[in-house]
Order: sequence, then C-alpha cells, then structure tokens
Amino acid sequence: GMHVEVKDPEGLVLSRQYGSEGRFTFTSHTPGEHQICLHSNSTRMALFAGGRLRVHLDIQVGEHANNYPEIAAKDKLTELQLRARQLLDQVEQIQKEQDYQRYREERFRLTSESTNQRVLWWSIAQTVILILTGIWQMRHLKSFFEAKKLV
Amino acid sequence: MLRPGSARRWLAAAGRWSCRLLALLLLVPGPGGASEITFELPDNAKQCFYEDITQGTKCTLEFQVITGGHYDVDCRLEDPDGNVLYKEMKKQYDSFTFTASKNGTYKFCFSNEFSTFTHKTVYFDFQVGEDPPLFPSENRVSALTQMESACVSIHEALKSVIDYQTHFRLREAQGRSRAEDLNTRVAYWSVGEALILLVVSIGQVFLLKSFFSDKRTTTTRVGS
Repeated sequence: GMHVEVKDPEGLVLSRQYGSEGRFTFTSHTPGEHQICLHSNSTRMALFAGGRLRVHLDIQVGEHANNYPEIAAKDKLTELQLRARQLLDQVEQIQKEQDYQRYREERFRLTSESTNQRVLWWSIAQTVILILTGIWQMRHLKSFFEAKKLV
Repeated sequence: MLRPGSARRWLAAAGRWSCRLLALLLLVPGPGGASEITFELPDNAKQCFYEDITQGTKCTLEFQVITGGHYDVDCRLEDPDGNVLYKEMKKQYDSFTFTASKNGTYKFCFSNEFSTFTHKTVYFDFQVGEDPPLFPSENRVSALTQMESACVSIHEALKSVIDYQTHFRLREAQGRSRAEDLNTRVAYWSVGEALILLVVSIGQVFLLKSFFSDKRTTTTRVGS
C-alpha cells in the first residue's frame, strides 16, 4: 500500500494509509507551498535492494478538478451556459492567483524591511567594535611601553 | 509564449519519503491534456516519468529549475525504442516540442547526478495533444455559433493568462530562493568578518609586544 501525507505551510493536512489504489481531495486554507508525499511501506520492497515501484498519479487542481459533463448533467445546463461556467471558473482561478501574488509581495516587503533594519544595526555594531578594539590596542600598547620605560 | 494551458499541478517530495532502496517511477496520465508537476530532486538522483502516447500526437515538454545550487538540471527524453529525442546538460529552462512517431511509452528523466549536496526543485509541464473537449460525446457536425466561438477564444486567452501567471509564480519562487541563499551567505560572512577582526587586532598587539620583549641580550633603544 501507499501512505499519503499532505502538508501545507502551517502543518499537516492529511495523513492516510491506502491500499494499492486510492483517491483523496483537499481544499487549501492558506496560500503557499503544499507538499504531497507518497510513501510505500510495502515490506516486500524493503527486502530486495533496488526494488522499483511504478505509480500512476493523477492530480487535478482548481478548475481542472471540475468534471464539466457531470456539472452539465447535474445542473441541466445548455452548451452555452456550460461554456460560460467554465470561463467563470477560469477567471476565479486567475483572481486567486493574483491574490496570492499580492500576499507574496506583502511578505517580501516585510522581509526587505527587516533585512534593512538588521543591516543598519549590524553596521553600527561593527563600527563600534572597530573603534573599541582600536582604543583597547592603543591603551594596552601605551601601558606596555610605559612599563618598558620606552616612553 | 502562447501555449495550451496546463491541467494539473503537483508539488511532491516523493524522493525524500520513499525508502532509499526504492526508486519511484511515476506514470503521468493524460489522454490529451497536460500535466504539470513540481517535484524535489535530491542530490545524485535521477527521476523519470513515463507517458503513453499514440502516434501523430504533438507533445511539448517544458521545464524550469526553481530552487537549488546553480539552478540547472540534466534532461533527457526517449521514445519507446530508446532513441534519444532530446538531451541537454545543465539547463535552467527549456521547451521542446515533438510529434510522436510511434505508439508506446515515452520516457523523460531529470538528473541531478552532477551535484554532490544540493537538492533541486524542478517544475515541468508535459502537454500531450490538445485539451479534451468540453462535450466528449457530442459530434461536431454543425459549426459553432458566434457566441460559442467567442467563448472558445475567451477560453484560449484565459488559458494563456493562467500560463503567464504560472511562469510569474515560478520566477517569484526562484527569486526568493536566490535571495535566501544570498542572505545566508552574507550572514555567515559578516560573523566571520567580525571574528577575523577581533582575532587580528588582538594578535597584532601581542605580536608587537613580542618584538619588544627582553631576550637577556642587549636591549635596543627604540628611537622615535
């Protein structure tokens, strides 16, 4: 069988064990990178080194997950209405993608501002370290030369 | 870049989770239509995908490396007899169109074997033939009305918009990955530089002191 795990940016969404065939659906709640992990726990595979597994995978996202002939039959739509429905779904997907880009731009702006702050503080700290080291050097050498009666 | 849109998107870390003894070979289905997948390619690894294609179908393979190292990967496409149709080493992005000359299972592989310790995230989009029609059982004897033709053109235009958005999203992810690499390198360098500064300044003082230390012989007067 196969073990399926789905993770979103916030944590685990789905974790289930399936037999040799399986089907799962999920709706994303946060924008960002989602991971789908497939893991085989077939003990027969583990025994023979280099065992290979051929997996058939079919993933549908967004409006492509819709089955239009089914929707047409269920809602009793004419051809034109169905086409309009498909266009509406596509436009909705485009809108969601643009929302995602807006979210990313905001995150990027926050990251840039925090980097800017950190660079500023780091430069100040580095200058202070430099000056303090210089002062320490001079005082240490001065007391050393005075002890040696060279000054 | 006007292309038919893509049907599926998948982000997977299959290699990481599978037992190291197993190589997961994934069959990407698609009687017409397209598959787009973003997957993780570990270092020194090769990942292959298979597709059953009928003769005479026009197919397009497009890939882009999103994160990792120098953002390049080896790609190889073979027909059912093993003839290499496309082979490129260390490419960041490429697009390849071909017409299937025979029926069978076509295979394409992405390889990160030249890299010792960087994982790569690779996106690819494999378009097989045209998208399936909205009404599979209908026979298109009558011509499309003007409204229907308008709907078809809007559909194609929107597919192209979605396609551009996908590429924009990938570029954003790639840019972010590069920025994070840069950030790490600058952080390490800054800490290293501060340490070197301290070590050198303390070392200078002690070295200078050692020049003036008494050696039980003549003490030279250092004039100004």
